[in-house]
Amino acid sequence: MTMQRNESSEISCGIPINHAAQVVMAHGGGGRMMQTLIHDVFAKAFSNPLLATEHDSAVLPFQVANSTLRLAFTTDSYVVRPLFFPGGDIGKLAICGTVNDLAMSGAKPLYLSVGMILEEGFSMERLQTIVQSMQRTAGECGVQIVTGDTKVVEHGKGDGIYINTSGVGLIEHSLCIDPASVRVGDAVLLSGDVGRHGIAIMAAREGLNFETTIESDCAPLSAMVQDMVQAGVEMHCLRDLTRGGLASALNEIATKARCAISIDETLVATDPQVRGACELLGLDPLYVANEGRLIAFVPESQVAQALAVMHRHEVGMGAALIGRVNAAPAGRVSLKSTIGVSRILDLLSGEQLPRIC
Amino acid sequence: MTLKYMDEYRSAELCNQYVECIATIASRPWKIMEACGGQTHSIVKYGIDQILPANITLVHGPGCPVCVTPMSTIDAAIDLAARPNLVLCTFGDMLRVPGSQQDLMAVKAQGGDVRIVYSPLDALKVARDNPQLEVVFFAVGFETTTPANAMAVFQAHQEGITNFSMLTSQVTVPPALRAILASPHHQINGFLAPGHVCTIAGYAEYEAIAREHGIPIVVTGFEPGDILQGLAMCILQLEQGRAVVENQYTRSVNREGNQAAQGMVNEVFTVTDKMWRGLGQINHSGMRIAKKYQVFDAELRFGLGPESDQENAGCISGLILQGIKKPIDCPQFGKNCRPERPLGATMVSSEGACAAYYRYRRQESAA
Repeated sequence: MTMQRNESSEISCGIPINHAAQVVMAHGGGGRMMQTLIHDVFAKAFSNPLLATEHDSAVLPFQVANSTLRLAFTTDSYVVRPLFFPGGDIGKLAICGTVNDLAMSGAKPLYLSVGMILEEGFSMERLQTIVQSMQRTAGECGVQIVTGDTKVVEHGKGDGIYINTSGVGLIEHSLCIDPASVRVGDAVLLSGDVGRHGIAIMAAREGLNFETTIESDCAPLSAMVQDMVQAGVEMHCLRDLTRGGLASALNEIATKARCAISIDETLVATDPQVRGACELLGLDPLYVANEGRLIAFVPESQVAQALAVMHRHEVGMGAALIGRVNAAPAGRVSLKSTIGVSRILDLLSGEQLPRIC
Repeated sequence: MTLKYMDEYRSAELCNQYVECIATIASRPWKIMEACGGQTHSIVKYGIDQILPANITLVHGPGCPVCVTPMSTIDAAIDLAARPNLVLCTFGDMLRVPGSQQDLMAVKAQGGDVRIVYSPLDALKVARDNPQLEVVFFAVGFETTTPANAMAVFQAHQEGITNFSMLTSQVTVPPALRAILASPHHQINGFLAPGHVCTIAGYAEYEAIAREHGIPIVVTGFEPGDILQGLAMCILQLEQGRAVVENQYTRSVNREGNQAAQGMVNEVFTVTDKMWRGLGQINHSGMRIAKKYQVFDAELRFGLGPESDQENAGCISGLILQGIKKPIDCPQFGKNCRPERPLGATMVSSEGACAAYYRYRRQESAA
């Protein structure tokens, strides 16, 4: 192995290290390093107006006869370990994740593709279980898996199973649900408590000797969103909370919408077990992953109606108003702490790393 | 699993009561140093310093173990991690700490076998399960982490495990407080002593410091309510002209500490002079593996070089660790030095003062 000295330093000593030479795990952690990778490498190369919206799904307009038909299109890959965890498995996740990304445009999810990358030696029984879980979840979401691909890689070249799903959905409303539609004065609604998925995964992972009864929040959000659309709620933006948690989602939207967002920590619900586990590991639940939670940006006048609709759904029973959109400083998310002092809620650099003591 | 004693100590009502109490008793300006990085993190995260009366200044001490680990030791860990057939196990927050040329995260990306563990006993398990590999645990920390490190070495010895060793940078708090007080530039009127360190080590050793230097010391916890109560106790002593050790964190700490843990530490480790990043050499301030167990000392096993006090040009972390400067006083803060590209270790660890200011206070700087 050779060690490369970083040559792009701004000052003459060997520091700073900017990890430009190779991909590191933090490039996938949902924080600032991932944002930089996406902007500097992918967005730069693939640049186009649809991609530039940086939403969970792209909205594709088609001119049909005299009207415009809008389809939502998205893709996501699933590499979760362990494959089976309390509250779900990689198959359920692969359906919910893509369905949720479509739902974030207010689209009705319709069709999915499934790409399987299987490692030589992977248990056929486990594969069956995963596939059945996918079919069951797809049924619950009202989507059909209509095309697919299968690849097998040599033993040691994969990690059992990786799944990619892509999806299309139909947009049956005239709203433009997109970070660019967020307005000063909008209310920020959160659909439930945060941090369950990340902690369920960590607790289920080998080598972490603590036990919880926490289950992943992994669930489809499309039925709730469709209900909000049909109730006529004027939604400006939706974002499901995944890697990087609530804090990262808020930061992405504040940056894209060029606005400030302020939230109140006491209004963000967390399960006591999630908080306990976070405390032990030195993690902040606001940055822990979720798979069945969203934030909705709606005008003040729509708050009561939006919450009423959300409360009708199991995934939205804990929905609450947590903050507001302000004009300045653009791109800044602030959080009022439990003792009443306001501070920055920043985008993390990379992954959250458990601390020493 | 639900943790108790969190919300109770984070309530605005409780905190406001202590702030009012401090405002009532503080008749003069006082500068108080919190010794532990966990306390620093809490203070900046909750904004405790912003609700205090203007005449109370908090200064941040040297209590982040990641921050005070010499760069030469980080380089030694990076050197080991790049070797074939060797697994380097470490706590998560060591991955991003910059050595002189790169960090452990980069070595890992280049194929080095670096594994995050949550306990040194997990590293010992890796050694047990992989007898064909050399397994090194990178043992960094204050008195809080030493007992578990001692236990891992002790168990390895008992089980006759030969492929396990430890690269240590273990430090103790009281000698660092003495070193800060010995500096002619120090302006500190009182200390909040670290609650978790004292849970293990007790606080008898701090009594001599309080007596010899005439400085009040309050053993304090980590929640906002703890810190504010600790400050109130410290300020009351200052106003009354007293200088003794008091214990705010009674739900965890007693004077003698955890004697079983201390016994294990004394069995495996021995006191040594130690280099602190930013502070330099402090006599009797570290722990190294004792002669009886030295076969488990990675420094000896792999012939690693001695510690040095090398530091990056332009980094003022030494002054920050002594409480002489604040992160926002540094011209590099938020510019050339950010968590993605830290110049010095106070920016890397979540408990480093610079990282805490960057994360929660960036608007105060010119960045």
